[in-house]
Amino acid sequence: MDFATFLIQILNGVQYGFTLFLVASGLTLIFGIMGIINLAHGAFYMVGAYLSFWLFGITESLWIAILIGLPIMIVFGYAIERLAISLLYKRDHLYQVLLSYGLILVLNEMQKILWGSDFNSVPVPDALSISIPMGNQEYPVYRLFVSLVCMVIASSMYIIISKTRLGMMIRAGATHREMTQALGINISRIFAIVFSLGAALAGFSGMIDAPLSSVYPGMGDYILIISFVVIVIGGIGSVKGAFVGAMLVGLADTFGKILLPEFSSMVIYALMALILLWRPQGLFGRPT
Amino acid sequence: MCSPILEVSGLHTHYGASHILHGINFSIKAGECISLMGRNGMGKTTTIRSIFGLTPATRGRIRVLGNDVTTLSPHSIARMGLGLVPEGRQIFPDLSVKENLTMTARPGLDGSWAWTLERVLQTFPPLAARLSNMGNQLSGGEQQILSIARALMTNPQLLVLDEATEGLAPLVRKKIWSVIQQVKETGITTIIVDKDVDTQLKVSDKSIVLVKGRVAFSGDTSELVANPDVHIQHLSV
Ligand SMILES: Nc1ncnc2c1ncn2[C@@H]1O[C@H](COP(=O)(O)OP(=O)(O)O)[C@@H](O)[C@H]1O
Ligand SMILES: [Mg+2]
Repeated sequence: MDFATFLIQILNGVQYGFTLFLVASGLTLIFGIMGIINLAHGAFYMVGAYLSFWLFGITESLWIAILIGLPIMIVFGYAIERLAISLLYKRDHLYQVLLSYGLILVLNEMQKILWGSDFNSVPVPDALSISIPMGNQEYPVYRLFVSLVCMVIASSMYIIISKTRLGMMIRAGATHREMTQALGINISRIFAIVFSLGAALAGFSGMIDAPLSSVYPGMGDYILIISFVVIVIGGIGSVKGAFVGAMLVGLADTFGKILLPEFSSMVIYALMALILLWRPQGLFGRPT
Repeated sequence: MCSPILEVSGLHTHYGASHILHGINFSIKAGECISLMGRNGMGKTTTIRSIFGLTPATRGRIRVLGNDVTTLSPHSIARMGLGLVPEGRQIFPDLSVKENLTMTARPGLDGSWAWTLERVLQTFPPLAARLSNMGNQLSGGEQQILSIARALMTNPQLLVLDEATEGLAPLVRKKIWSVIQQVKETGITTIIVDKDVDTQLKVSDKSIVLVKGRVAFSGDTSELVANPDVHIQHLSV
C-alpha cells in the first residue's frame, strides 16, 4: 500500500467513523440516561436519508433539504418519545425492545409506501463535487466536508455535555435519576430533549451520508447493528466511548476490507470480542 | 391563617404488593425541628420518599403549605420548597463539586437567595478546597456535607435529612451534627432521621416515632424524653 492509498483509507475510515458516531452517540445517550434500548435508532438514520432524497427532489438543493429535514427529525423524535417511548420508562427492557422493534417495522413499511423499494441516489452538491489530488489518486472534497461537519457537531456535543446546565442534568440523570428529580429537575423533559436530539443526530447522519451511500430500503438495519458494536466497544452510556468506538470501528472496517478482504465482514466483531475480553464494560464504561 | 409547612394525613404506601405505611398522620409548623424516629425498617425512609413523590402514596393526603402535592411528580414537589439530603448521599459522581452545588441552585419561594455559592462555601470550608474535584473523589464525610450544601442551594423551606451521619467516623459525625445545628439556627424547618437518638433528642423540638409503618408517638420532644417507656420500647436498640 503506497502512502496516498494509506492516507485515503485513513480519511475514509475517519469519515465512516464520524457517520457512525452521529448515530451511536444518540443510541448510547438514550440507553445511558433513559435506560431505553431503542432498536428504532437505525430507522431514524434511514428516515433522515429518505427525507434528504425526498426534499432534494422538491428543492433541488441538499442544503435546503437538510435545513428543512432537520427540524422535521427533531419533531419526529419528540413525537415518538412522547407518544410511544415515554409509556415504557417503568417497564422491563423486553417491552422496550418489542416496541422499538415494532417501530422499525412500521417505519420500514411507511418508507416502502411513500418511496417504494428502489435504490435511490442524491447527488453531491455542485460546489463540493470536486476532488483534490492525492499522490497519483484523487479524494472527493465532499467526504472531507462531511468529516469536518461531524467534527464540529462532535465538539459542540462535547461542549454541551461538559459545560452547560443541560449537560449537567444529562450527566446527573444518567447515574442518579431519582435524586435529580428530587432536586427539582423535570427528568421527563430532559428525556424528551435527549431523545429528539438523538433522533435528529441519526437523521442528520442519514442526510449528509445520502450522497455517499445510496438511499435504499432497510439501510437503517445495518447501521443499527454497527452502532451497537460501537457503543459496546466504547462502554454503554459514554459519549466519549461512542466517539472512540466509532473511530476504531470506522478504521477497522475500512482497513479490514483492504488488508483482509475475505474476512472483512468479521473484522469489527473480532475487534469487539478482543476489547470485551480485555475490558468487559467497554473502553469507557463503568464496571457494574 | 398560617397553614402547616407539611401536613401528612392518613398516608398509606406500598412497594409493589408490600404494604409499608399504614395511615401516617403528622403536621409540621414553620421553623420546627422534627426528629423522625423508629428502629430500622419501620418506614422512615418510605415516609420521606412518599413526601417527595418518589414512591407515591397509595392512600391519604400530603400537603405542602396547604397545597395538595399527593399526586405531583417529584420535581414539582421539590419546587414547592422541599430540600432532600437522602439516605446514601446520592452525590452525582460525574459532576464536579461546583456543578453538584450549582446545577439545581435556585432562589427560595419568596425569590430570595438566602443560600448562595459564597455563603455555602463560607459555611462549609471543606467544599471550597474541593470545588473542581468530581463528586466521586470526595471522602464520605465530604460527600455528606456536599449533599447538605446541595440541598441548601435550592433554598428550601423544609430540609429533610435522612441518616446524614450514617457510616461516618465519630469525629466526622460530630462535624455533621454541628453543620445540622448551624442550618437549624438559620430558621429552616428540618426533619431529621438518624441512628444517634440522644443527639436527635437534644436538637429537635418535636418527635415522631414510627413502629411498623404507624405513628407510635407524636409530640414535643421534651414529652418523649420524660416518657422513658416509649423511648425504651421503640427506640433503644
Ligand atoms: N424498594 C423496596 N421494595 C420493597 N420493600 C422495601 C423497599 N424499600 C424498603 N422496603 C421495606 O419497607 C420497610 C420500611 O423501610 P424503610 O422505610 O427504608 O425503613 P427505615 O428508613 O425506617 O429504616 C422495610 O421493611 C423494608 O424492608
Ligand atoms: Mg431509612
